[in-house]
Amino acid sequence: MKTIAELNAIRAASIKNVVLRKGADALGTDIKPDCKYNVLVCGGTGCTSSHSVKIVEKLREEIKANGLEKDVNVIMTGCFGLCALGPIMIVYPEGSFYSMMNEEKIPRIVREHLANGQVVKEFLYNETVNPDGTIKSLDETDFYKKQIRVALRNCGVINPEDINEYIAFDGYQALAKVLTEYTPEDVIKVITDSGLRGRGGGGFPTGRKWALCAPNKAPQKYVVCNADEGDPGAFMDRSVLEGDPHCVIEAMAIAGYAIGATKGYVYVRAEYPIAVHRLQVAINAAREAGLLGKNIFGTGFDFDIDVRLGAGAFVCGEETALMTSIEGNRGEPRPRPPYPAVKGLYESPTVENNVETFANVPQIILRGAEWFASMGTAKSKGTKVFALGGKIKHTGLVEIPMGTTLNEIIHEIGGGIPGGKKFKAAQTGGPSGGCIPASLIDTEVDYDNLISIGCMMGSGGLIVMDEDTCMVDMAKFFLEFTVDESCGKCTPCRVGTKRLLEILDKITRGEGTLDDLTRLEDLCNYIKSNSLCGLGQTAPNPVLSTLKFFRDEYVAHVTEKRCPAGVCKRLLSFSIDKDKCIGCGKCAKNCPNEAIQRTDYIAPGHKLPSYQIDSSKCIKCGACMDGCRFGAISKK
Amino acid sequence: MLKNISKLPFKGTKEQEEALNKIIADNKHDKSRLISVMQEAQNIYGYLPIEVQKMIADGMDIPLEKVYGVSTFYAQFSLSPKGENNISVCLGTACYVKGSGNIFAKLQEILGISAEECTPDGRFSLTACRCIGACGLAPVLTVNEDVYGRLTVDDVEGILSKY
Repeated sequence: MKTIAELNAIRAASIKNVVLRKGADALGTDIKPDCKYNVLVCGGTGCTSSHSVKIVEKLREEIKANGLEKDVNVIMTGCFGLCALGPIMIVYPEGSFYSMMNEEKIPRIVREHLANGQVVKEFLYNETVNPDGTIKSLDETDFYKKQIRVALRNCGVINPEDINEYIAFDGYQALAKVLTEYTPEDVIKVITDSGLRGRGGGGFPTGRKWALCAPNKAPQKYVVCNADEGDPGAFMDRSVLEGDPHCVIEAMAIAGYAIGATKGYVYVRAEYPIAVHRLQVAINAAREAGLLGKNIFGTGFDFDIDVRLGAGAFVCGEETALMTSIEGNRGEPRPRPPYPAVKGLYESPTVENNVETFANVPQIILRGAEWFASMGTAKSKGTKVFALGGKIKHTGLVEIPMGTTLNEIIHEIGGGIPGGKKFKAAQTGGPSGGCIPASLIDTEVDYDNLISIGCMMGSGGLIVMDEDTCMVDMAKFFLEFTVDESCGKCTPCRVGTKRLLEILDKITRGEGTLDDLTRLEDLCNYIKSNSLCGLGQTAPNPVLSTLKFFRDEYVAHVTEKRCPAGVCKRLLSFSIDKDKCIGCGKCAKNCPNEAIQRTDYIAPGHKLPSYQIDSSKCIKCGACMDGCRFGAISKK
Repeated sequence: MLKNISKLPFKGTKEQEEALNKIIADNKHDKSRLISVMQEAQNIYGYLPIEVQKMIADGMDIPLEKVYGVSTFYAQFSLSPKGENNISVCLGTACYVKGSGNIFAKLQEILGISAEECTPDGRFSLTACRCIGACGLAPVLTVNEDVYGRLTVDDVEGILSKY
């Protein structure tokens, strides 16, 4: 691509392929679509795991059999967000949202909907069908209504492997604009004014990060994109890379121009094969189109990107560790200062941002700093993507304006807790974060509010827990993770987290004392203030926040030797309800320790005598309860 | 990270060695590509026995202790061979909250092996993995490339019987 005129020509020529999906009015065009229907099938990791690729094959087959090839375009996109209902398929222009798809449903949809224009209502997501049978648009459903999509704007809308579809939705216009109209200082000013803060968790202002790096002179400077999304239960960055890889490439080039770098690296988890593949396809397409490489748009600006695969180390999400890993070493963090802005990758000035941060940049350039700053709260601007998971009805990916309350996220957007259970806590920030208890559910979610309650924004994993989750066990779960992932370079983290885990383990075994709780707190504070990098400094957070909000649970474990949620097996006692037991004897057979015997009692209405558990022999494995089909065995 | 190091004898073939040598030749100009070379080597051999690490160290002109340091640092690198069918249970937070710990325990019980081990007949190996990103389907396990989601403990035997 030599000129911006060529870019605009591609855009003009590609709009006809995508106009059905947003409508001619929204795109401000009178260009007619090139076919009657666009069928979009989710190709994110969640939906491909439930075989959306086979659905696409079947769809193409049926379309061919019905002679509809000219009328229907089938496109595989990135994540639509509502993963709980996957695989998902949307048909435009109507926007019909078919959920829980399978191959058997395809022939009818092709025959009735695509050939005859009759939407198959019984296959639609039930919330999109009104009681009177009319269909409401997706934007009116509880899940989508409060969402504003900036970072995810193209996810589930475009084919991520087709650069022309990205260009049709104003792709690479922001890069064209900065290269021809802005000085590097102008770019940094726009990003600074927008109030964008790092979406990886720390929340450092992005504009300031760039401004710190820009004046440092060096023969080679670098832009690094952190796509090492190690926080278990978080998949925001993966979804952006799978659904809209070009926006990250464009943003990295913009950052390169702003700080004077000509080389970029994306460090992405090897566990994300689809994201890696699409990113590679996108980089190749951008190179071919001249949007990466030498003399972009004839402005004399050079920029290129290389992909490096992470090999599974949580600490590599820390910026200095990530750079050490790109250099081919064990991913151990380095002391700061010097900061990466001065001495980063290969000892050269480097800017590192995460995927979601970059995904916001092109829109900020195109729509202006004021537009972005108009969303959010006083100190946290724009939107945030969250991956909702755990005990919540609508597991999936949501993007909401900063300042939305947790209650709105969980109960309105997320559809609440399944099975009529009670909300207990939400966990954000993964192994570095903390829990937000039910009493604080009206907290407006932004960086500073979460910090003030001892939690943190984190990269966006939001795991919901109900009354069946034991908070001590949860803290132990995260500590097991950090003990495993501690790189071992500094003692407070390497030894300290191990000791924390031992104390927690002791408590869940019913051997803890009240003194242990004090020791836990002291050790947590010591590790926090003495560890070398972010991993160690934040590792105690899950313990501290559960101790703060759920101290009574710790105390119950310690003084009463009881696990209120019924999770810690060593503290449970199993019993058989003699009136529910039909005497089949399956539990006694399952019991590995012969702790269950037959009694003399025959319950009214039953033919065989019931069984009972000898608690002195019971090893609390739960095998009896798993096997009982009559619900006669309970634990407490 | 604590790694289980295999004591089984190394059984590399000539073809595998040729494939590895080609990868090394393509990358040896840039020592920072060590991790990529090791990833490719693991694709070729299925794991990274010390013999393979030595070939990489010699070929890339990097000290063996550094290669070994890298191989024991990252979770992706395995120093023991996988079974014919590798079962990976996701123990990420979203899956854990939904009971993947019980599924993992059930597998250990049925197969009689623990994490990072292989059954004596070589048919199954078991791995505890971190979030594969299919949180919408939690709890999730994978057998080789096949993903099984929305699981309960009772599903485990049925899945194993398919392999």
